[in-house]
Amino acid sequence: MLVTASAWILPGLIALTLLAAMARGINVYDEFIAGASDGVRLAVRLLPHIIGIYVAIGLFRESGFLAWVTRLSAPLLVPLGLPAEILPLVFIRPFSLAAAMGMVTNILGTYGPDSFVGRLASVMQGNSETTFYVLTVYLGSVGIRRSQYAVPLCLLGDVVGYLASLWMTLLVWGR
Amino acid sequence: MVSIIWAVLIISGIFWAGLSGNVDLVTTTIFSQATRGLTAGLELIAITAVWFGVSRVAEKAGLLTGLARLVTPLLRALFPSIPPGHPSLGSMAMNLTANLLGLADAATPFGLKAMNQLQELNRQPDTTTPAMITFLVMNSACVTLVPATAIALRASAGAAEPSVIILPAALASVIATATVLVADRLLRRRLFGLR
Repeated sequence: MLVTASAWILPGLIALTLLAAMARGINVYDEFIAGASDGVRLAVRLLPHIIGIYVAIGLFRESGFLAWVTRLSAPLLVPLGLPAEILPLVFIRPFSLAAAMGMVTNILGTYGPDSFVGRLASVMQGNSETTFYVLTVYLGSVGIRRSQYAVPLCLLGDVVGYLASLWMTLLVWGR
Repeated sequence: MVSIIWAVLIISGIFWAGLSGNVDLVTTTIFSQATRGLTAGLELIAITAVWFGVSRVAEKAGLLTGLARLVTPLLRALFPSIPPGHPSLGSMAMNLTANLLGLADAATPFGLKAMNQLQELNRQPDTTTPAMITFLVMNSACVTLVPATAIALRASAGAAEPSVIILPAALASVIATATVLVADRLLRRRLFGLR
């Protein structure tokens, strides 16, 4: 059910978008090209990030260090059901979107997009935010220095989001 | 912080390979992984172009403003300290709607504008108001209906069904958002004695 409905959201939204735009007499092709150019520019800026993350994660994994960390953290992670391969993503996600995208790309490429880790990484990427970037930029833009309980509360949201992602992934696909 | 994580991954990898007598592996890994990163990054360009193109058409078609109008009544309930009709409500509606549709680039300008308008209601300009905190936590918990980035990454990795993650991701983000909103309300009542 969840899977079928998911499959329809994006195609439905694209069709709806085009119909609404045509009804308003918008030159859809020109607008598409203008947006696509922005997309290309963004993706080109991401390239160095992705290469940098691939090298770092590759060394971390191929050296056997990841396997060691996995064994070491198993007593802590296994009860939660969280695979160790996901840890670098969990730590980097609140700080950098580009780095997180590099990590997700790497996880999907290494373990496959339809593996358990691959699905979990996709769901996490889909519902988390670059928390520290948002906090720094938004608070900095109005010159606020005392943020009270905003930071711990935002981090609580991240942690709950990660656990909820894990739970939903297990619920929909199992292990 | 990213620097530290990145450096720790590389340094620990090099030492681990060295200590287990595999130091040759470092050089080969660097070259093979950099190449794989390049390939993955190039494929990403194609899918990002398509998604940005479609979302630009969606913006021009007024999908964002239409949805934002639906969101506004909800915001009035979440931000009791903001006078009804204040422009910050409109900016926040646009920001949250853009996030909902996965249009992160469109969301940021509205978010910055909302923060500026919330600051006008602030009597202590160096300190967050309760409304600002609520807005920030909603932003970071990030209710997303269309996790465009994640779908794009899956599509370029050759997933059988790139978009199957939409509903699980949306439900997870609803759980996270509801949790922080409840926590925010409890803290606000305790610290400020507000509704």
